[in-house]
Amino acid sequence: MPYKILKKNQLGDSGTLFEMDLHTPLIAKKAYAGNFIIIRINEEGERIPLTIADYDRENGVITIVFQVVGKSTLLLSHQNIGDELLDIAGPLGNRIHIEKFEDPIVIIGGGVGIAPCYPQAKELKQAGNRIISILGARTKNLIFWRDKMASVSEELIICTNDGSEGIEGFVTKPLRELISKQKISLVIAIGPMIMMKNVAELTSGNEGLPRVKTFVSLNTIMIDGTGMCGGCRFPSKDGEIHFACVEGPDIDGHIVDFNILLNREKRFAEFEKQSYDLYKKKCKKFDTQ
Amino acid sequence: MVKIPRQKMREQDPSERIHNFSEVALGFTKEMAEIEAQRCLQCGDPKCVNGCPVNIDIPNFIRLIKEGNLLEAIRSIKDYNILPAICGRVCPQEIQCEEACILSKRWEPVAIGSLERYVADWERRNQLKECPDCEAPNNIKVAVIGSGPAGLTCAADLARFGFDVTIFEAFHKGGGVLAYGIPEFRLPKEIVNDEIETLKMLGVKIKYNMIIGKILNIEDLKEMGFKAFFIGVGAGLPSMRKIPGMNLNGVLTANEFLTRTNLMKAYKFPEYDTPIKIGKIITVIGGGNVALDSARVALRLGAEKVIIVYRRTEVEMPARKEEYHHAVEEGIEFQFLANPTKFLGDDKGNVNRMEVIKMKLGEPDASGRPRPIPIENSEYIINCDTVIIAIGTNANPVLTKSIPDLKLTKWGYIEVDEMGKTNLESVFAGGDIVTGSATVISAMGAGRRAAKSINQYLRSKYL
Repeated sequence: MPYKILKKNQLGDSGTLFEMDLHTPLIAKKAYAGNFIIIRINEEGERIPLTIADYDRENGVITIVFQVVGKSTLLLSHQNIGDELLDIAGPLGNRIHIEKFEDPIVIIGGGVGIAPCYPQAKELKQAGNRIISILGARTKNLIFWRDKMASVSEELIICTNDGSEGIEGFVTKPLRELISKQKISLVIAIGPMIMMKNVAELTSGNEGLPRVKTFVSLNTIMIDGTGMCGGCRFPSKDGEIHFACVEGPDIDGHIVDFNILLNREKRFAEFEKQSYDLYKKKCKKFDTQ
Repeated sequence: MVKIPRQKMREQDPSERIHNFSEVALGFTKEMAEIEAQRCLQCGDPKCVNGCPVNIDIPNFIRLIKEGNLLEAIRSIKDYNILPAICGRVCPQEIQCEEACILSKRWEPVAIGSLERYVADWERRNQLKECPDCEAPNNIKVAVIGSGPAGLTCAADLARFGFDVTIFEAFHKGGGVLAYGIPEFRLPKEIVNDEIETLKMLGVKIKYNMIIGKILNIEDLKEMGFKAFFIGVGAGLPSMRKIPGMNLNGVLTANEFLTRTNLMKAYKFPEYDTPIKIGKIITVIGGGNVALDSARVALRLGAEKVIIVYRRTEVEMPARKEEYHHAVEEGIEFQFLANPTKFLGDDKGNVNRMEVIKMKLGEPDASGRPRPIPIENSEYIINCDTVIIAIGTNANPVLTKSIPDLKLTKWGYIEVDEMGKTNLESVFAGGDIVTGSATVISAMGAGRRAAKSINQYLRSKYL
């Protein structure tokens, strides 16, 4: 089955963020917020898990957003409209729980994690919820989908670490304010592991603020993504072992032992760097960037 | 005849093979096969056939080898077993056909597995593969979910019964555990691909990247015209005991270790993008084939020392005996009657030692093997850079969760009758998703029984 790239856009002007539309009618038909796919670009390629950022059932299209962080994502960024990916498997993982809540839901996207927030916000809004979105990144050119997120949010808050747009500081700054001044029924946080950890701590009820149910999206290192290899496993604070691919990717943030998970995600760092450096050397195209 | 010694396959020298992923056993020469075939007594009431989970007519194919008629020999095997090149390599013959061989009572049994392999390899080398006989197509569609040994066998039999068979495979490659689990040096992937080609000759279609239960469920498949379903999705979630330090970096499951190496070819990193990290000293926990495969892969990836830690003794090890001998030859160290109690790490969270406790054997447990009992205050430390956990798997919930009425055991495996029928009409199952981790051949036997059952069901209903 050919998996054609129908659209490719750069997001922002950092040169590292891309959105791609992929022609996968069967997956598009079954995709929901929370699901992910696993792609393989070529025969030598890794299996790369990517959260589905949007879907269009009529046209058989799913959208992915990725940031160039290593060889595989750099290689993906070099694929163009009309090119075909070798493999796409999905939709994997579980759909998020959809429910109409009394009070607003805060959805927090950090960096490339903004993308998977969109379908969650969309589906939760369709169910009648009020959505407050917080988009955060290091700097303003890493923020994207402002309009898309605004279209599914009652309130859109932007923050950047360097203050180049919106509030200066981390996403926890506006979140702290929100939950201290009003009732929030649910917090959803998707982004860097450290951001999700900080959000989960803030909402845990141990910070002098009310405890708010919090979901985080664990895009851990995976191979099969179907509950076979165990690469994606993470411990909960009670020491039990969980598998992000079949139990998640959206998990109750208050059970996750983030300290262990943060370390687990570094376990192939030296190889990732080696692979990236080798590819960059081969790749003149990248030298100009 | 009994005076002829049992022929032993040529093998790559251990000192060489630990540096490559090429096959260890090199098979019989023509002369060896002919000599070995003469050893078969051609019993009137052959016990070996009953020892074979798919009941290959063993004396018949061995007689044909003796007569020099290899083409008829392979045809005879394939009447019972569509994957002989695989079974000749990975079946535990010593507890099946060869154990039952009458010669084994006083001498050594006929090397049935090596002979099976010889005939299959001869066919492949000479490109004589022919399409097995099939009944006329009846255009009834059957879906086989999973392309491991159970699914491949079931699909082949169904195709021969005349059905229109499609296999749905979750991975990007076919073969299931034959592709991701069993390493190249024990089962070359070329052979797996070749056996899959045989299925294509039978008209079987294979769709990759199709995770049934996600992209399509049984109801969707019914709408697409499929009339019966065979579930052979294999075992799933690696079993992990809650041992302190289990989450240190460097402690990983055998499934992850083997999938990275075998399916994703991490042993060719950085040519292939998927990495694997091993370090100098590797410990493997477990005593089955998966533990041995992991240990021997680690050695080939450049480990200086590999230690298998198993809580019982070599007698109880469920691994295939030949592989145990190979592992010993290759210098794998075994610490029997030992069980990990904790993993210890450095300040960066990487494992660097494990504590194990000595065990002794007690009365037989539910598995019929003596129960290992910890000996108090006998703990000791083993230094290691990587720990591979190979203590089995649990049921994978992905597909079964999508069929709410399907009856499962309390451990999540699918309940079937002796013919592979589930509680749902038109749904059949076999292999590890029914039995839990078992062998390739037992999965094939289950696939075969289910195919018979599906044939009966569809014929009575539609033909």
